[in-house]
Amino acid sequence: MIISEQKSQTELLVQLTEKEHIFLIGCAACATACKVGGEEEVFQMQEWLQSLGKEVTGSVVIDEACHIMRAGRDLRHHKVAVAAADALLVLACGAGIQSISACSEKRVVGGLNSLFLGNIRRLGQFEEKCSLCGECILNETAGICPVTICAKGLLNGPCGGVEDGKCETDRELDCAWHLIYERLKVQGRSGVFARTVEPKNWGKKFKPGRHENKK
Amino acid sequence: MSTFRQKIEQGTFVITAEVAPPKGVDVTAALATVRSLAGIDAVNVTDNQGANMRMSPLALASLLLREGVEPILQLTCRDRNRMALQSDLLGAAALGVTNLLLISGDHPGFGDHPQARAVFDLDSVQLLQTVGRLNSGEDLSGAKLTGVPQFFTGAAMTPEAEPFELIFQKYRKKVEAGAQFFQTQAVYDLTRMEHFMAAARPLGRPVLLGVLLLRSAGMARFLNAHIPGVRVGAALIERLAAAQNPLDEGVAIAREQVAYARDHCQGVHLMTLGHEDRIPAILR
Ligand code: SF4
Ligand code: SF4
Repeated sequence: MIISEQKSQTELLVQLTEKEHIFLIGCAACATACKVGGEEEVFQMQEWLQSLGKEVTGSVVIDEACHIMRAGRDLRHHKVAVAAADALLVLACGAGIQSISACSEKRVVGGLNSLFLGNIRRLGQFEEKCSLCGECILNETAGICPVTICAKGLLNGPCGGVEDGKCETDRELDCAWHLIYERLKVQGRSGVFARTVEPKNWGKKFKPGRHENKK
Repeated sequence: MSTFRQKIEQGTFVITAEVAPPKGVDVTAALATVRSLAGIDAVNVTDNQGANMRMSPLALASLLLREGVEPILQLTCRDRNRMALQSDLLGAAALGVTNLLLISGDHPGFGDHPQARAVFDLDSVQLLQTVGRLNSGEDLSGAKLTGVPQFFTGAAMTPEAEPFELIFQKYRKKVEAGAQFFQTQAVYDLTRMEHFMAAARPLGRPVLLGVLLLRSAGMARFLNAHIPGVRVGAALIERLAAAQNPLDEGVAIAREQVAYARDHCQGVHLMTLGHEDRIPAILR
């Protein structure tokens, strides 16, 4: 899921200067799991805005804010409240925020910083394991991603910074290449160590990404 | 052809040192350091070392050539993508800078621009391959070059890093990718160095032992705590702590390392961090 955090109140205050009528939008998927844009956080935001003397014209928590059509439909259901607002404050990831700007020409204020595509370790604790590189190497690396988990995204083994199996950038973090090495050893195969990996095709990561299901 | 290369290819024992480009445009101090180096075959010019932004090493390397000093241009993968690396390499060849040391580079998080975007479009093995392609007359896209560079390509190795098998597989990849010589991280445990050399010798690449001059017991402890793959043993720390003049003791330790290298490696890479005046004593 997409991991996000709330922007600081200081930053939001700047964005909401002279915006006195606000419609609030949350997301029932990732932003809810991250506890930054679910029912509860939308309610807290509403209370904060009201304490500042602003009017909240209405609110909605969209099932999946990244679904452009669904976001549009939900906004239409709240037509009057949306029309009464001079800003839409969106507590969803960057994709969710842009579903809203795709459906409305109103001033959209994003309330979150989107961080990464994350796995859930336990409630409220997330780890980045895949950076969506478009050319997956996991089958050779014992299911451990060097593109993401190695701080430098190295493809041919560790840098000189590995120490006690930890990464030079953060001694709390495992070195991806140490993990890959240990796991391949357990599996009794050489995997990615058997070849020199060619320079990565970053053309696969062309921005903005476009994709259609092939059936 | 570079004299450094000729010497290595003839099996001569070589000595390299290093210089960091200035933070700024005044190269007086850097050139003065380089001029003061006696008995050195080539000088590494570091590339934003420790992820701290400094003058382009290519610029300083070409100034070294004018001084009649042979440079080894260090290039990291941290700051440039494959296009920028190749174009800098072509520029280096045109300026006569042909000795290279190709490394991954420290993460920007360590340096003075921690907000910089880390590039690492290539890794050190792929950069070695890239130089191989340029040496064969074409770029990474397969396009022909006008004029063919003749780079002499070095790579780095940390002999004391663990697990050895994992570290050594990368050494092997670097050899296969075209590394023609190696400069090692500082090694203080010569038994461990011998263990590495025993594995490395069959691959037939000249190895220059990294010799980092120890100033004090405090410095040794700092290296142990903060520099990955560098391990100064308790006995050496003891010697430094007990010494009247710890720097002299450091010179004595360095001399022992050089003596080992004279018998078992093909050179030394001296890192003297401002004590270049001690180099003659280390080599004596
Ligand atoms: S290699 Fe890593 S970043 Fe790329 S798709 Fe696979 S898991 Fe994701
Ligand atoms: S220590 Fe390991 S994970 Fe960290 S940058 Fe180096 S190779 Fe990557």
